Amino acid sequence: MNSRPRGINLELERVEKSFRENKVLKGINLSIKSGEFIAIVGRSGCGKSTLLRLIAGLEPASNGRVIADGEAVESIHADARFMFQDSRLLPWKKVLTNVQIGTKTRSKIEAQAALSLVGLKDRGDEWPIVLSGGQRQRVALARALAGEPRLLLLDEPLGALDALTRIEMQQLIEKLWLQQGFTAILVTHDVSEAVALADRVVLIEDGNVALDIAITLDRPRRKDPRFSYFEELILDRVMGVQETNLIEFSKSKISRSM
Amino acid sequence: MKFIRNLISHQWSAWIVPIIVIFLWQLLGQNGLISQNILPTPLEVVQAFIRLSEDGTLLDNVGISAKRAFIGFVIGGSIGFSLGMINGLSKTLERLFDSSIQMVRTIPHLALIPLVILWFGIGESSKLFLVALGVSFPIYLNTFHGIRSVDKGLIEMGKIYGLHSFHLFTTVILPGALPSILVGLRYALGIMWLSLIVAETISADSGIGYMAMNAREFMHMDIVVLSILLYALLGKLSDLVAKFFEKKWLQWHPNYNPSHNG
Repeated sequence: MNSRPRGINLELERVEKSFRENKVLKGINLSIKSGEFIAIVGRSGCGKSTLLRLIAGLEPASNGRVIADGEAVESIHADARFMFQDSRLLPWKKVLTNVQIGTKTRSKIEAQAALSLVGLKDRGDEWPIVLSGGQRQRVALARALAGEPRLLLLDEPLGALDALTRIEMQQLIEKLWLQQGFTAILVTHDVSEAVALADRVVLIEDGNVALDIAITLDRPRRKDPRFSYFEELILDRVMGVQETNLIEFSKSKISRSM
Repeated sequence: MKFIRNLISHQWSAWIVPIIVIFLWQLLGQNGLISQNILPTPLEVVQAFIRLSEDGTLLDNVGISAKRAFIGFVIGGSIGFSLGMINGLSKTLERLFDSSIQMVRTIPHLALIPLVILWFGIGESSKLFLVALGVSFPIYLNTFHGIRSVDKGLIEMGKIYGLHSFHLFTTVILPGALPSILVGLRYALGIMWLSLIVAETISADSGIGYMAMNAREFMHMDIVVLSILLYALLGKLSDLVAKFFEKKWLQWHPNYNPSHNG
């Protein structure tokens, strides 16, 4: 756990995804540098989770390509790890065994080290059922990091947690990302969280990239006026869409699904 | 009043009613209010128990009945379990075979006894067949259902973390299906004893059923009642064994470990 694995760099070229007749992603072009922390934001149903799953290789793109380190992604990348909104721990295995699943060689030692990283080093011998929601997500994070991934994909992992636990987890994720240097892509509906963690924030709107701005704040991020500037910039853009839609609706045009 | 309340909330309070019933039974039988030919007294049943244990016939017959039940269970259980697994894992096979299996299931297997006697005669195989047939369906259903209801999210997680086919099966699918499979097991155990009891009435030259039928011929009602109690005891014993395995293998499940209510 001492080496800094180089993060994967990603190129998304005209990526499209349709489910039956519904075109969810209409042509995404994106470049993500090795070791960058990207946040993908957008309204519910805009396609951000779908995009993440395409990058992970969980589903194939209908058109276009996802290229990781120069090679097209066809299936689940060996060096990529995923974190879901629910912890998805195996209830019938103890905490340590669950983390072992994330290691490359089912190593107990690596798993224990990962548990220590997230502050749960003494909870390895318990059943997941006794842990709180926040603790389970921490175990899931340990599991994701135990294999020293070069790409970490997070699909709204903090959405189900209370506000204080969420802040703790954000700080933990940032700390581990700084330590290990993997490329991180975080899908979140929380613009505040995006600005707090990411180097770049990408807004997906109607299946397209509507905004891609760099957050030029120093770390550790503080909630100062500059922070609020970025927050409002992005929020206005998200909300501004709603106003435009209302105007179009009142003009009796075909309303788009929001 | 307080004495009665304390009595009822005591740990062993479940035994109050049975003890009263046995007491009344003994009293009524002893004083001739219940004819000896209709129902022997508890004491007489106990005496019959002692008599038959002493000359070994009890143990022999119980052993034979238990062996029949067990062998039938293993045969029927393995078939039900394998079919349940296969149909659970493969949608194609489910489409081909599940309906046919369900059709056979709706036939009450005990109603097949005349046919079974015709096919298998009145020897051991007819009894084993009935037990196996009865046992296979609950195990099939619960195994099938168990596999199908494994949390899809966990399966997806398993695939992402590199668990494939065999490992995915042993790490995610089988343990996930286990609670349902064990329910099927417990249910099947009940059916096993039921099938055995009926099968042993067809005709037998050994076993508890034989002992009971023989006793009836000679109006030894105490042995008849004893046989019924033996069946009940065996049933309870097998249920305890099943509960033991449930507790052992399902330690992680909130339903089986109330102290772990996360």
